[in-house]
Amino acid sequence: MTVSIVRFGGSNCDRDAERALTHLGVDSQIVWHEDGLPTDTTGVVLPGGFSYGDYLRAGAMAAQSPIIDEVESLAAEGVPVLGVCNGAQIGCESGLTEGAFTTNESARFQCEHVFLRVERDDTPWTDAYDEGDVIEIPIAHGEGRYEIDADRLDTLEAENRVLFRYCDENGDVTDAANPNGSRHNVAGVLGDRETVAVMMPHPERATIPHVGMTDGKGVLRAFE
Amino acid sequence: MSLPESDRELIVDALGREPTAAESALFENLWSEHCAYRSSRPLLSAFESEGESVVVGPGDDAAVVEVPTADESDDLYLTLGVESHNHPSYVDPFDGAATGVGGIVRDTLSMGAYPIALADSLYFGSFEDEHSKYLMDGVVEGISHYGNCIGVPTVTGSADFHPDYEGNPLVNVACVGRLPPENLITAVAQRPGNKLVLVGNATGRDGLGGASFASEDLDEDAETEDRPAVQVGDPYAEKLLIEANEVLVDEDLVESARDLGAAGLGGASSELVAKGGLGAAIDLDRVHQREPNMSPLEILLAESQERMCYEIRPEHVDRVAEVADRFDLGCSVIGEVTEGNYVCTYTDDAGERETVVDVDAEFLGEGAPMNDLESVAPETPPTSLPDPAPDLTEAFEAVVASPNTASKRWIYRQYDHEVGVRTSLGPGDDSAVLALPEVSPPDADAAGDAPDEPVGLAISAGAAPHWTASDPVAGAKAVALENATNLAAKGASPIAAVDCLNGGNPEKPDVYGGFSGIVDGLASMCETLSVPVVGGNVSLYNDSVSGPIPPTPTLAMIGSRPGVDVPTASVDAEGELLLIDADDAGPAESLGGSEYLAQFGGTAPGPDLPTDPSARLDAITAVAREPTTRAVHDISQGGLAVALAELCTPDVGLSVSLPEPTTDAGAAGVLFAEGPGRVLVQSTDPTAVREIVGNAGRVRSLGHPTDDGILSITADDASFEYTMAEIRSLRSTIIDALE
Repeated sequence: MTVSIVRFGGSNCDRDAERALTHLGVDSQIVWHEDGLPTDTTGVVLPGGFSYGDYLRAGAMAAQSPIIDEVESLAAEGVPVLGVCNGAQIGCESGLTEGAFTTNESARFQCEHVFLRVERDDTPWTDAYDEGDVIEIPIAHGEGRYEIDADRLDTLEAENRVLFRYCDENGDVTDAANPNGSRHNVAGVLGDRETVAVMMPHPERATIPHVGMTDGKGVLRAFE
Repeated sequence: MSLPESDRELIVDALGREPTAAESALFENLWSEHCAYRSSRPLLSAFESEGESVVVGPGDDAAVVEVPTADESDDLYLTLGVESHNHPSYVDPFDGAATGVGGIVRDTLSMGAYPIALADSLYFGSFEDEHSKYLMDGVVEGISHYGNCIGVPTVTGSADFHPDYEGNPLVNVACVGRLPPENLITAVAQRPGNKLVLVGNATGRDGLGGASFASEDLDEDAETEDRPAVQVGDPYAEKLLIEANEVLVDEDLVESARDLGAAGLGGASSELVAKGGLGAAIDLDRVHQREPNMSPLEILLAESQERMCYEIRPEHVDRVAEVADRFDLGCSVIGEVTEGNYVCTYTDDAGERETVVDVDAEFLGEGAPMNDLESVAPETPPTSLPDPAPDLTEAFEAVVASPNTASKRWIYRQYDHEVGVRTSLGPGDDSAVLALPEVSPPDADAAGDAPDEPVGLAISAGAAPHWTASDPVAGAKAVALENATNLAAKGASPIAAVDCLNGGNPEKPDVYGGFSGIVDGLASMCETLSVPVVGGNVSLYNDSVSGPIPPTPTLAMIGSRPGVDVPTASVDAEGELLLIDADDAGPAESLGGSEYLAQFGGTAPGPDLPTDPSARLDAITAVAREPTTRAVHDISQGGLAVALAELCTPDVGLSVSLPEPTTDAGAAGVLFAEGPGRVLVQSTDPTAVREIVGNAGRVRSLGHPTDDGILSITADDASFEYTMAEIRSLRSTIIDALE
């Protein structure tokens, strides 16, 4: 019974995810991608970072790693899988989730706190919140602009698979509150199943009280 | 640049023969100013580097200090180091700054530590100058690219502008590492017969002669001519090296280590064995290479990045190779530690073996003669104030909107300052505060209130070019006090500091005099404050066609406190606003080195310092730890004017009445003087603050927070006010120019 946090070369939020889960009392371990997933894996985190230096395209190389096949199999069985930041990019590159995260509108790396509106509260990731809740969580990315073609975006919206949207502190989804130019202010989306989610903001950076904000712990509660 | 004739004669004498080409090049680099500190070492003995918290002082890759904790069995060390990457950042701002980050991080690794924080202090020419903005854009992007990728948060720093950095910007990078005591390793080779193993990137022809390039003035055509001397960084490889190094150290496989920096493999390997009083036998052809047909000299001196040299017991070599392979890092056993000379051989494709270096390692490392340079002591500037004095509101707007005092958010937003989940207070405040949850503070048991309260680690880094340009000695004292005040304002007591001393061409007597001045000033204030200066870096020849830089003593200081619940530099709507400033020496109203004089012309001595800086800091620290203290902000560049503007938030303003001026500068002296050791405090219990401060300073009430987001100031017989939107617009100088 353990959450596997997959470390690729260049992952750098793996330890943070482990600390945050430990803080919540969730058993977890960091797994080197070449070693494969342990058989007792009950959840998977694809953590943030710069896997393979983001040298080809953010997340593109890691998505080709054999361990991703194992992650996909578990995802299909309903095991919770969360991709955060670079992990979200890997999730989209590997087809776990739709769309792509690409260069910010500013063309610069942005590390700042943003507000997210919870779009639905009937998923394991948002069970701790109510629909419409506004939570404050940090972002730290240079390639976080969610892109997807118009038809697929319509489908995504129709299927209610947008999990979080960037908003202002009152919960209004505005252009001004969109930090990176994401389509429809999308900050996080669900995969085919509700147990698979990716998001650019970092819930693990908003879980342990000593960093000053704890709004993100509800997301990680999915692993409890 | 080639080996000076007098050095060559010394070397011929010592060797009893002419040096080989490789030896000449090695001596040229290792005896350069950059590596041998020939002009600065005679001055550096001024620093007090010992103290009860000091584990490893100056001379190794990074210093090691002990964190004060509750329980002696609960030990934690930190490493602290600082490095300059000035010349490379002028020639190629992106790669120059990026590799500066890489270098100081590897200095952290070679002590056995894991890097947990970076702080960057940047200095550029006039902000109005397009080239300065181009350099800043590239430097910030380089730091962002490298630091973010390796997952080490950039938590604080500084950025300053002064016309004399026009032809020679400065990039000073400090790194803090976390080191469990049992993991400590040093750069002192241990035992003959141990293997020397090179781990990391393959060696190419990049960065040839970087050390000697860093030891001369920048020519007019440096941007094109010196590009081959700038290294190119690969943060992905550095990240792998950080992880591999941790495994090697955790498994106790490493006897000693040194990272490859200036003068490449030749520098690192010879210094390692020299420190152990030993020698080495190295086969250069066994180095894993990236390019074909490299000459032995190129292999020896290339400054290819992301490489570490380890001393490994023979029985551990296979395991080291396995660890390197797991992280996709190259690994070669290049030779071994010996009791003889430092010897490098090269076997060519035809099997011909040639000895290219055979010298005494200690002579190579320590034999460079010191320079005895002529020096002209700087004079204290006279008082000459702008006449007529500018209107107070005009001055307020000019000072608050100056790029030196304006918001630096455009810079730090590009740095990941939160990775590592330790950052409790990030950039933009007086100092950064990180949580060290692995240890408890010394008085945790006594207080008994928060059993799992972490140690709070405060970090401050910076200098103030206008202060030291105006008066090197007083300016450097003020820089030391200012960094310490940044810690005190967040309730932290200093543990130690490292310095990065930047100067112009020391062969110019006035430049050398100014440089000596900052050394003296920094050393004396650090001693007064009982802050050991445990290491540092010297960068001279920061001189170009546009002249020497201001002598620039960047100081990076760390301190600790119980917990991370600190008063920030933003007010809320309760209590009273207090100023802790004057003591027996009178209020600090001298405008020396101020942004005000930089804007409107004039000179003055100073900045003013308290008579007993240590007592003042203790008082501020105690005030900052009071639960009734809501906000604390130190007063430094831009004076009270900037500190007040920074304290306000969109919801909360301040209604302030300034004290009567006591000097000829009038209200300008009160509003714009920059003497450090002063703070603004928002407290709901002003009586308690007065009791704590006692004789260490005067506590004066300036007014109170308001709920309208308006800053209103009454000074002398003038009165003016600004809305938060106006303040924000004034303070957005940098972002407005670069977005």
